[in-house]
Amino acid sequence: MSFLSYLINGISLGSVYAIIALGYTMVYGIAKMLNFAHGDVIMVGGYAAFTCIMSAGMPPLAAVLVAVVVCTVIGVLIETIAYRPLLEAASSLAVLITAIGVSYFLQNVVLLIFGSNPKSFQSVVTIPDLKLANGTLNISGVTIVTISSCIVIMLALTTFISRTKAGQAMLAVSEDKGAAQLMGINVNKTIALTFAIGSGLAAIAGVLLCSAYPSLSPYTGSMPGIKAFVAAVFGGIGSIPGAFLGGLLLGVIEIFGKAYVSSQLSDAIVFAVLIVVLLVKPTGLLGKKIQEKV
Amino acid sequence: MKKLAKALSFTLAAATVLSTTAFADDTFKIGSIGPVTGPAAAYGSAVMNAAQIAVDEINEAGGVNGALLEFNPQDDTLDAEAAVNAYNKLKDWGMQMLLGTVTSACCIEVESYAVEDNMFLLTPSGSAVDCITAGDNAFRVCFSDPDQGAASARYIGENGLAEKVGVIYDSSDVYSSGIFATFRAEAENQPFEIVEDAVGAFTADSKTDFSVQLQKAKDAGVDLVYLPIYYNEASLIFTQAAAMDFSPLWFGVDGMDGILSVDGFDNSLAEGVMLLTPFSADAEDELTQNFVAKYQDLYGEVPNQFAADAYDGVYAIKAALEASGATADMSASEICDLLKVAMTEISLDGLTGTGMTWDASGEPTKAPKAVVIEDGVYKGM
Repeated sequence: MSFLSYLINGISLGSVYAIIALGYTMVYGIAKMLNFAHGDVIMVGGYAAFTCIMSAGMPPLAAVLVAVVVCTVIGVLIETIAYRPLLEAASSLAVLITAIGVSYFLQNVVLLIFGSNPKSFQSVVTIPDLKLANGTLNISGVTIVTISSCIVIMLALTTFISRTKAGQAMLAVSEDKGAAQLMGINVNKTIALTFAIGSGLAAIAGVLLCSAYPSLSPYTGSMPGIKAFVAAVFGGIGSIPGAFLGGLLLGVIEIFGKAYVSSQLSDAIVFAVLIVVLLVKPTGLLGKKIQEKV
Repeated sequence: MKKLAKALSFTLAAATVLSTTAFADDTFKIGSIGPVTGPAAAYGSAVMNAAQIAVDEINEAGGVNGALLEFNPQDDTLDAEAAVNAYNKLKDWGMQMLLGTVTSACCIEVESYAVEDNMFLLTPSGSAVDCITAGDNAFRVCFSDPDQGAASARYIGENGLAEKVGVIYDSSDVYSSGIFATFRAEAENQPFEIVEDAVGAFTADSKTDFSVQLQKAKDAGVDLVYLPIYYNEASLIFTQAAAMDFSPLWFGVDGMDGILSVDGFDNSLAEGVMLLTPFSADAEDELTQNFVAKYQDLYGEVPNQFAADAYDGVYAIKAALEASGATADMSASEICDLLKVAMTEISLDGLTGTGMTWDASGEPTKAPKAVVIEDGVYKGM
């Protein structure tokens, strides 16, 4: 029985990684850059929702919408101010370092505004926990919502990319920026749109992360951000279903590692598995050919 | 523009000259180092805020030995290297005494330099044993980790709180693992048993999900879980335990202090939590109430135990300076030689204990207080 409850806990944790990893993989797949500030955009989304609920007394759903708007604006601003000027002029390494800078910038701005004391986030999910086997197994409402959101987002993103003009433009940009520009696609606009979507997803991920683990501080996003990045690489970075699969697996491995090996070594186990997977399949579990990337 | 810059630099130069002449020989310079930003910023800023309150109070009352106190807080972002840089910066500034550092790991590093310089060091909250063992220049205000671990084990044993005890601790943190080590050692002499299966460790990089540690404690059927950890993780543990209908007795240490000030935290989850702490903001003595009122007024928060330690620290320095008759024109080393003797002679009635005394090893002697959370406030036990 405890095996099953560990499995459920692993899936809950993994679903949070998965929803964060979707944003990572989306931006990487199209703009070909690692947005290391993604974890901190998530944290900003958490704070935006927290402020709406606690100070303005807004209903949870409205607060999520506000958080999405705030994060989308921030995402586009970051892209325009910090990344775009570097994309053409400098090496991709410069953009990577800038992303780390943006990450610290966001943390410290939030630290200035909200202070360092952690806030306890009230869950926005109101559906009750699912109790199985006489209450010995407990699937929390947040987990159900997180997994369903992951699946909905995954389907929506895939459809958006394959069915709409803007999505096709994204595909083109991800394959060859120069050629896409020659074909009349506005590359800058497309990349900005990618960041807007990625950051909007980050807001949803932030709210769900804080609902599952209700402690919000300026550093809330950094470690889950890194784990989600690992999940994205694990599943094959650039692949949207890969991010979902990678996230879930990462969560399950982490919890099993804690439960059956050592609670201190869980991270070491997670990264060891990652290394093995990358040795066997260098592109990650589902990352195969360029065409399959979004 | 050029003219303006020139004018500015003149004013600046004049101001520097003025300030050095005004403060050159008639102030005691107290430096302080702690994490004002970064993941432990709550502790650093509490110390800096409270120390500033104490310094201002003392200056308003006319200072010490005819000289005012000057306080210079520096940020170390919880990074030992940054702490050493801050220490050197403070030395350049002319620091004569160090109130710090706030956290254990940084303190151990800084103490290794302070002992060479013979700089008086009083850490308000560095509770690891090694913070003050490198030399006789170092003292502390708070309890050391072993004190807390052993005291909690005795308290649980003597009051018959539990038979089977589980533990969740942070193995990557010297504070948490230090307390746990002495708790385990003292538990052997006590009538309760630590269930090995229910001893769950976590590390700084995996401290959001505690479901496994809680599940194991639940399966082992423990009736008390000892939490030698900080309140941020504890708030997550209480939430996750409630979700799995697990409600043992919870017993924390001073790091648990602050749990009730977490914004938005459902205080009913912490109902019945016991903790050992030297300071409770709800205590009714005049000293505590004045301090809490003043702190809330200035910083809009209820002060935690770190703030109280820092406040007492400044007053301990004042008492020692008075007892030794040190004057502000002495060098840091001369003051240190006087203070390390004077510290063992003073007795201080402060926020974190009455009749606090120190011995030459630098450890304080004061009684730990156990409190329990009832109806969202601390109640003495």
